[in-house]
Amino acid sequence: MKKILALALALCMIFALCTVSAFADDKIKIGMVTDVGGVNDKSFNQGSWEGLQALDPEVFEVNYLESKTDADYQTNINTFIDEEYDLIICVGYMLANATLEAAEANPDQKFAIVDDATCAELPNVACLLFAQEQASYLVGLVAGSVTESNTVGYIQGMVSDSMNQFGVGYIYGVQEVCPDATILQYNANSFTDIAGGATAAKDMITKGADVIYHAAGGTGNGAMNACDEEGIWGIGVDKDQAVELGLDCIITSAMKRVDIAVQDISKAVAAGEFEAGVHLGNLENGGVDIAPTRDQIPADVLEYVETAKAKVIAGEIVVPTTAEECPTFTLAE
Amino acid sequence: MEKKKNLTTIISENRFIHTIFCVILGFLVGAIFLVVMGLDVGAAYGRLLKSLSNIKNISYVIVYSIPYIVTGLSVAFSFKTGVFNIGAEGQFVVGSMAAAVVGILFGHLPKIVLIPLCFMAAMCAGALWGIIVGVLKTKWGINEVLSMIMFNWIAFYLSNFIAGIPAIHSDGSAEATKNIADNARTLLSEDLIKEWGLCNTANWGIIVAIIATVLIWFIIDKTTLGYRLKAVGANKFAAEYGGINVNGSILTALAISGALAGLAGSLQLMGMGNRISVFSSQEGFGFAGIVVALMGCSNPFGVLAAGVFYGWLTYGGSKLNLEQVPTQLINVIVGTVVFFIAISVIFKYLGNIKKSSKGKKGE
Repeated sequence: MKKILALALALCMIFALCTVSAFADDKIKIGMVTDVGGVNDKSFNQGSWEGLQALDPEVFEVNYLESKTDADYQTNINTFIDEEYDLIICVGYMLANATLEAAEANPDQKFAIVDDATCAELPNVACLLFAQEQASYLVGLVAGSVTESNTVGYIQGMVSDSMNQFGVGYIYGVQEVCPDATILQYNANSFTDIAGGATAAKDMITKGADVIYHAAGGTGNGAMNACDEEGIWGIGVDKDQAVELGLDCIITSAMKRVDIAVQDISKAVAAGEFEAGVHLGNLENGGVDIAPTRDQIPADVLEYVETAKAKVIAGEIVVPTTAEECPTFTLAE
Repeated sequence: MEKKKNLTTIISENRFIHTIFCVILGFLVGAIFLVVMGLDVGAAYGRLLKSLSNIKNISYVIVYSIPYIVTGLSVAFSFKTGVFNIGAEGQFVVGSMAAAVVGILFGHLPKIVLIPLCFMAAMCAGALWGIIVGVLKTKWGINEVLSMIMFNWIAFYLSNFIAGIPAIHSDGSAEATKNIADNARTLLSEDLIKEWGLCNTANWGIIVAIIATVLIWFIIDKTTLGYRLKAVGANKFAAEYGGINVNGSILTALAISGALAGLAGSLQLMGMGNRISVFSSQEGFGFAGIVVALMGCSNPFGVLAAGVFYGWLTYGGSKLNLEQVPTQLINVIVGTVVFFIAISVIFKYLGNIKKSSKGKKGE
């Protein structure tokens, strides 16, 4: 019995050591809530977090909370509200409802949400959107140019208006340089199914695909591994995945600079210049772009891509964004 | 020496003390990990304690523990009756989806009708999921563990399929169902939440969970049904010899266990979730139920306590990042606790050595 008491006392002592760390109040506190993908998703959650980490630690105090289930979003947002964070960044359109509710209930709290415009009308929410169809269009040009079998593949993680923009932009690019290309499309309905992504990619390769682009998080990473095994080109998404995944088969990636977007909005809060409403990242302001890894792209193709990029920036080319504008895109229904 | 033996005897003979002992070990091992990683033990455990510090946090802990208590009951009930319900995950999913469908399509019904209807739908769906597996087992002798793991995935994709049906799917951009009707929600009234300073998802699901706990205890310990099921669990050949319908008992046990997991799904949905997202990975409420049942020693009241403990760790653990401590600490703690509970045989063995040596001295 004494031993149990001793153990209990030891435990009490551990707890007694607990001290509530005093925060330096003059720092700007930025809190980030991930969606269920978690902070190491090699995609927008990770990108946002890396962006925040790169902020000046003298000025900013940054933290994140991971959501395990759909029901955790509200709890995590409320934790940051209780801790009096200056800005709460919600990553992903799955948090739209939770953000809307919290923003309406706490009009003095500043929010930012990545990839959703549901809260665009609220005076305390900045919506960080990206013209993902523009970056997808550029990699589509690459895919259409390097394919030798005139067959390219595309894997999407989920069907939704914002996800469809990836596919629509990609197809628009492929068809511009290779009008008779067969475009194999697959909706994985999952961002985490690595094995499923690999299977889908191998299926496409059997059907003759020699370039595969994905917008499917972890599922797509599986597809990229399959491309590497089978020795065909892969095209990454969101980040520079050739570096991120360390695969030589990845010819380039369609980058979405979530990191820059969250940094900009954080700096705006620090400077007292926070603006609610839509903030669109596009080719013009560097919010989206083709990745720096592009040395395997033939020079003439690269030149063509750069010209196309300039045209998009100049407004001479308008890349379609919806499934209605692109009949070849078959995943929408 | 004598003291040491005393300790092991006490720990091995009293399951409650044994569990507490395992929990303490869990925290100690967690602390060792933190120290090895060079992290602040005080800050980490302080944050966990802080999540019990005021009424708002406590209400969060309770809200978080509701589904764990009920899935824990589901698994505990199956343990008592000799089947291993690893399918609580799938039953939870079909249960919550059934409740969501009713809650969305029949939103015009008054609260008093709609809420019981949602519960019923969820329990029927969960029970059905259990019974199918039970029939496979009793008719064709297919191991329930295998079919349940597969049925978890069938439930997973079925739920995603239903969430995509236009009548159910969200009108907005979210990959989820519509929000269920306000009439289907079990939230406490807003005035009460404000007055008491509770969290904004405070709901009375905990009362349902407590009622379920008492009911399951009553069924197991005080009814002939419970006696029959336990007899089958203890030795099905002996039970059959004693005139008990073994197959019928297995089906009943799986149905009740499934209904509980389904109920857990509806409680989570109607209290906290409000909608069901298109899953990209399993949410793990059913698997957590296994952990909770183990920690609760398969005793309904033990499960109630273990569920609250698990809810506390889940809620408190979600905030660990604020102290720069990885949330995986919670998995380390829970894993260690379950590990030590699972190897309780060792304590019993040590206890037996003590008894026999004492006996010799007596001679």
